[in-house]
Amino acid sequence: MSDFLSLFTTDFILYALAAGLSLAVVAGPLGSFIVWRRMAYFGDTLAHSALLGIAIGLLTGANPQLSIILSCLFFAFILTVLDRSPNVSTDTLLGILAHSSLALGIVVLALADSIRVNLEAYLFGALLTISASDLAWIIAVTIGVGGILLKFWNEFVAITVHADIAEVEGSRVDRLNILLVLLIALTIAVSMKIVGVLLITSLLVIPAAAARLLAATPEQMAIRASVIGCVAVVFGLLAAFVADVPVGPSIVVCATLLFLALTLLRGGKA
Amino acid sequence: MASGAVSTVEETIGSQQPLLSAVDIGKVFDDRVVLERVSFSIQPGQIVTLIGPNGAGKTTLVRIALGLLDADSGTITRREGLRLGYMPQSLHVEPTLPLTVQRFLALALRGTKESAGGHEIEETLTSLHVPHLVHAQLNSLSGGELQRVLLARALLRKPHLLVLDEPAQGVDIAGQAELYSIIDSIAETQGCGVLMISHDLHLVMSSTDEVICLNHHVCCHGKPETVSNDPAYLSLFGAGVTDSLAVYTHHHTHEHDIHGNVIGEDECTHQ
Repeated sequence: MSDFLSLFTTDFILYALAAGLSLAVVAGPLGSFIVWRRMAYFGDTLAHSALLGIAIGLLTGANPQLSIILSCLFFAFILTVLDRSPNVSTDTLLGILAHSSLALGIVVLALADSIRVNLEAYLFGALLTISASDLAWIIAVTIGVGGILLKFWNEFVAITVHADIAEVEGSRVDRLNILLVLLIALTIAVSMKIVGVLLITSLLVIPAAAARLLAATPEQMAIRASVIGCVAVVFGLLAAFVADVPVGPSIVVCATLLFLALTLLRGGKA
Repeated sequence: MASGAVSTVEETIGSQQPLLSAVDIGKVFDDRVVLERVSFSIQPGQIVTLIGPNGAGKTTLVRIALGLLDADSGTITRREGLRLGYMPQSLHVEPTLPLTVQRFLALALRGTKESAGGHEIEETLTSLHVPHLVHAQLNSLSGGELQRVLLARALLRKPHLLVLDEPAQGVDIAGQAELYSIIDSIAETQGCGVLMISHDLHLVMSSTDEVICLNHHVCCHGKPETVSNDPAYLSLFGAGVTDSLAVYTHHHTHEHDIHGNVIGEDECTHQ
């Protein structure tokens, strides 16, 4: 047992824990918006497109974290603009972009012989290999995203409930929509290392969906989603050590188990 | 009205600056003319009711007046500092979004000093006879309850102009009469203007100052009293079961074809 506890005093575990928890805290409110606004597939698309950003970053020798962030913001912007086209429905557009950018990213990575990349780390995350600078990025972004979310919280909730009423009351709906999308893009970009391209949306959506069962107001749902996310991170890390399985998927499995348990417990009432 | 010569106060009462005026508003969607040279204005305390068949452009006109949509031609002038209260036709809240009536109404007060606003919210709900709903989930409300909560949201901003898009939709006849009498007393006590879309003319008309009959253009407009001075006419509103458009008796000297275009060039007249 003391061996087990001493795990939590080693650097890489502390880094992993700090990164996972700070992400889980902003993932609560942000994931709630994704659930309310039915944007889960949108988040997926951004995450998939991030692999293309990784590939381009590696080829050009740019800072990988920065190139992921830039590509996520770029695709978020492209999606927002293209989404106004009446000829392509949103889900079709997302389907095209998600998979073409993922495929393109993998092709580019494979073609670049000079680079040896652990693709699995990007697809499923590599929380335990997080460096001090990775952690700094994650904490800086989560503080920034969290701060903006707090500042505009009422506005974001108002435009989500009814955009027209909010606009008549004076909200700048278009700008707020773009801001929210950029916050999601940023968060997805920095959480790449934690759960990977394929699992990021689940960390945003599953805790929020679980928290819905316990909430009567948007604020309760957001805060409880953060708590559930944190519990999933802690137990996911523990389970990963005990069972020697990859951390990212282990965290997602934990979140899913929490969701299932809450669904069963609250099933009669909902 | 914001521009031009400085108007003198001692002009007639009728020249009081309107809350909102629309002049020659035009709107085209995909080559389909939805609005054509529509003009109207609303004074403080005045109730203006917009009637017309489905697809006549009523909602489009209201959205332009609210600033939610840009007109292709014409001008909208809002009085400086005009606060709008808007009650949409309906509200769909995603079942994934937990929302109490209290929280929904508190959104109206965001950015204001009284951000707590619990007191004001209770007062407004009480004035609409639904104080018991304050902790209810928005998704659990009946049609009539939801309409009152939406009206409360619009009122909480203490609007100068209240814009209501079919406020009585999904409300039973008795509820409609009550809702309209509430709106009537709001206009009277708070002195705000009301712009309202309605299908239920038989209930609305008795308290409406101006009726605008819209079918892409303004077919006709006027005070209900000028339409008919017959006392039996008003009692008809009270009975509230007669066919609505038949009540507003007027003759058009032109006809519409099936696209709503005017056949013949004469202006319409009231009887």
